[in-house]
This record gives sequence, C-alpha cells and structure tokens, in this order.
Amino acid sequence: MYAQMIKTARSGVKTREEMTEQEREFQDKIDNDIKIEPRDWMPDDYRATLIRQIGQHAHSEVVGQLPEGNWITRAPTLERKAILLAKVQDEAGHGLYLYSAAETLGESRDELIRLLHEGRMKYSSIFNYPTLNWADIGAVGWLVDGAAIVNQVALQRTSYGPYSRAMIRICKEESFHARQGYHAIMKMAFGTPEQKRQAQDAVNRLWFPAIMMFGPNDSASTHSEQSMAWKIKVKSNDELRQQFVDQTVPQIEYLGLDLPDPGIKWNEERGHYDFSDPDWSEFFDVIKGNGPCNVDRMTARRKAWDDGQWVRDGLLEHARKKAARKVAAE
Amino acid sequence: MTRDEALFEFLLRLGDNTLILGHRVSEWCGHAPVLEEDIALANTALDLIGQTQMWLGLAAEVEGKGRDADKLAFLRDAWDFRNLLLVEMPNGDFGQTLMRQFLFDAWHSVLLGRLMTSSDERVAAIAAKASKEVTYHLERSADTVVGLGDGTEESHARMQAALDYLWPYVGEMFRSDPVDAEMVAAGIAPDPASLREEFDGIVSRVLTEATLEIPASSFGHKGGKDGSFHTEHLGHLLSTMQWLQRAYPGCEW
Repeated sequence: MYAQMIKTARSGVKTREEMTEQEREFQDKIDNDIKIEPRDWMPDDYRATLIRQIGQHAHSEVVGQLPEGNWITRAPTLERKAILLAKVQDEAGHGLYLYSAAETLGESRDELIRLLHEGRMKYSSIFNYPTLNWADIGAVGWLVDGAAIVNQVALQRTSYGPYSRAMIRICKEESFHARQGYHAIMKMAFGTPEQKRQAQDAVNRLWFPAIMMFGPNDSASTHSEQSMAWKIKVKSNDELRQQFVDQTVPQIEYLGLDLPDPGIKWNEERGHYDFSDPDWSEFFDVIKGNGPCNVDRMTARRKAWDDGQWVRDGLLEHARKKAARKVAAE
Repeated sequence: MTRDEALFEFLLRLGDNTLILGHRVSEWCGHAPVLEEDIALANTALDLIGQTQMWLGLAAEVEGKGRDADKLAFLRDAWDFRNLLLVEMPNGDFGQTLMRQFLFDAWHSVLLGRLMTSSDERVAAIAAKASKEVTYHLERSADTVVGLGDGTEESHARMQAALDYLWPYVGEMFRSDPVDAEMVAAGIAPDPASLREEFDGIVSRVLTEATLEIPASSFGHKGGKDGSFHTEHLGHLLSTMQWLQRAYPGCEW
C-alpha cells in the first residue's frame, strides 16, 4: 500500500489502432497476465508511473517508522516492545525491497529520497496523523496495515514482476502485523475503563484517515484508467475501500467499541456495509502538506538524512581507501 | 548474602544492561543515517530486548517473590537498576552510539562466551542463545567503528571524540565486588577482571584498524552495576520507559 493519487504519466488510454507494434505487443503481454520484467521493453509512461507508485510506497514504509517509533520507547511490556521493534524493522525492510524494485526501473534510491526531501514526491497521507495513545499502536497495525493489505493483496497481481514479487513477500509480513495490532487493541478494549477509552479514541481518530488511504472516490480519481489498463493498479479505490470496511466493521463490533461513523449500516440489498464518505477536503489538505504531522515528519526525515551525511561519506571513503590498498598490494 | 541473592543481583546486571542499551538503541528508530542502519539498529535493539526477557525472567524466578520480567523492568526505580553506566549514556551522534555499542559488544561477547560453561545450566543456556546474536553485533559494530574511524577527516574526529567520551565508562566492566566473588565461588560466572585481556585484544585490534587512539588516562567512573551512583541520564530514560505502567497500574497490555 501506501500509494495514493499516483498520477499516470499520460492522459487517456490509447486504442489498439493508436498503438505502435511494440506497444501492442506490450499490451498483449499484460492482457495475458505475463509479467513485465526489468529488461523487457516498456512504454516510458509505464516506467514513469511505476517509479512514482513504487517510490511513494517505499517512502511510506520509511516515513511510517516515525509514528510507530514514537511509542517504542514507551511500550508497556517487554513483549510489546519486542513486537513493535520487529514490526518497524520489517517496515524498513519493505522500504528496502521497494527501493530495489524501483532501481530495476533505472531510478536510484538516492534520487527518490532527494525528490521526497524536496517535497516533489509523497508518501501515504496516513503517516501525517499522530499516534497519541498506546492504543494507536494497536490501531495502526490493525487498521493501517489492514488497509494496506487489502490494497497489496490486489497488487500481488500487478503487471510489473519485481513489484508483484515484493508485494507477495510484504503481504505475508503485513498480515502478521495486522493480527498483532488487533491483539494489542483487543487487550485495551477488554481491559480497564481507561484502556477501553484509549481504544475508542484511537478508532475514532484513525477510522477516516484509514479509509482515505485508498484514495479519492472512483468518480473523482483522474489517473486510474491507464493504470488499470496496464495492470499497475488492479482494483478501483472504491472497491478496495468497500472490502476494507466490510472486513473491519465486524472486528470493531467484536471489540465492543462504538462504531466511529454513525453512517455505518449493513445494506442487505448490496450485501455490503454502507458508510459515510470521509471529509475529502481534509484529505486534500493533508496531501497538500497541511496534515497534523506533515511538517514534523519531513523535518525529522531531512534531519536524519543531513545528520547522517558524515556517516555515509565516512563509510564511502573507507571503502575507497580499502579498495585502493587492495590494488596497491596486488 | 545468600547464593540466590547474589545470583539475583548478577542476573539483574545482565538483564539491565541489555534492557537499558536496547532502549537507547531503539531511540534511533526512523532517524538513522541510511535505511540499512535503521534496520540494523532495530534488529540489535530487538535482540537485546529478547535477551532482557530471558535474563530478567530468570532473575524473577530466582528471587521467588512473585515478580516477573516486566515488573522488574517497569516497576523499579533508578537505584535498583544494576546496569553499567556505559549503556545508559545518551546516544549522541551515530558515531557515539556505535562506539558505545562496540565497547559493550566486545565485553559482552567475551562474558557470554565464558557464561556458556556456567555451572548453572539456565545461565549457560541463555548465554549460548545470546552469544550467537552478540557475535554478530560485535562484527557489525566493529566494522562500523573501523569504517568511520578510517573514513574521512570528519568521521575520524567524531569517532575519536566518541571514544574519548566513553572510555572512562569501560573500567567498570572489570571491577569485582562481593556479588561477583560469590558467582565465582559457585562456578556460575567468571571473575570480571579475567575478561580484561581478551577484551583489550579485541579493542586494540579494532581501534588500531580504525586509526583511533585509546585515551591515556585509566580513570574509570563506577556505580552502575551496584546501583550506588547512576548518571542523571537513567532517570529520564526510565520516566519514558515506565510511564504507561506507572500511569495505569495493574493493567494487562
């Protein structure tokens, strides 16, 4: 997950007649579910769109360390601390695979990081929300990783081989995180009144940001058509959001918590839950940089990078010296 | 002091070292110089917290007063902590964090190697498991100290400053007291002083390769492992670490 509002690097889908021979062959592969691999020919716009999507996803994993790291030092038991550390370590690992997947498309990790730090690339809106109490850590695992899984399970079938394989691997770990998150919030919901209050507060605050993770409604999603034709995107935002709501509402009920949206109601006819639209103006504010934590998150990331410059320089210089000594000795 | 009382103290020392250092290392989460280091630091912290669960779990069992590892970690005040002063020292820059890690790993690896032949099978079993992890920690922290010490002028200067700052906290590792004497008598643990030679061997080999100089002064601070004189830093660390347990006592998490 964690890719939203990916601007497809082209306007409109070409008809077969408009395509060149090469483009037709490419599209045939996609239509026959043959994966595109790094050395295969691909349209420039396909490459550019994927770099944007995979890069945003990678950045999200990296920035996503911050709201969880916010509670590592305050985790209430040794086991919870260990679980959270393992999770954050996994997220950073996901960042690595994804940057590597982007590298197979010819874009370096350093360049992607530069674009992020210059504000020219984004990460998922969800990580611009704060983690304010311990139940948030459970809720992040359960709702945020849960929403990510819904999206990523679909993306396992994405057309670009390295991205698809990264998703398969990442999904396994994310499912584990979601279960652990649910277990953590279950302890809170079934705990003392004060713990239950924290759990309710977490669900109330994170519900709408979580369902915003799927991006705008299909009617307002301008970039989807070409991405769907290329199978970079496999299901629409609204389909994925509905799937997430349907799986999550019974889980909230099981916890004995109040539903965070009075609009949630089972719709017999549709066979799905109805729910209220999030406040999309808030979503667009967050995307534009005006979420509760945007400035702090980016400041923290830039500071980590800038403060680490001497370390990266030092290690590079050492590697150079070592190589030179080896050559001199030969 | 009975043998079990001494063993309890000794196990607290082991568990508190890994707990406090694990906490310190976990403070880096999301702020490391490069993504690989974020992963490595989280992994190190995770190993150390896992070791804490084992050492403090055994300490609680030996104490036999109905406490468990969590109660020991989250419900003792600073004066009851038995960690070396070194591990409570602040992270500083990345160089200071890695130098602290290296000095600790070098000592820790030697100690665990000896504890693997402890007369107490429970101690030997935990040491065997921890030793595998710590061998890797040492390899990594030593490589990084070499890379940064023998890197640029700036990285060299920062690593030398880190070493100068932390060196006075090394001596405490090798001081013996009645708890140690009891452990030696029981064949449970080695005399701390006996670890020095091997430690010095590792440290001098790595620091030479790193082109760093061991400070001339042999002065050493003390008071961590017996809890008599911690630094000001420990109280702040505990106020963060223990906050939830203190604010909402008696909950299950």
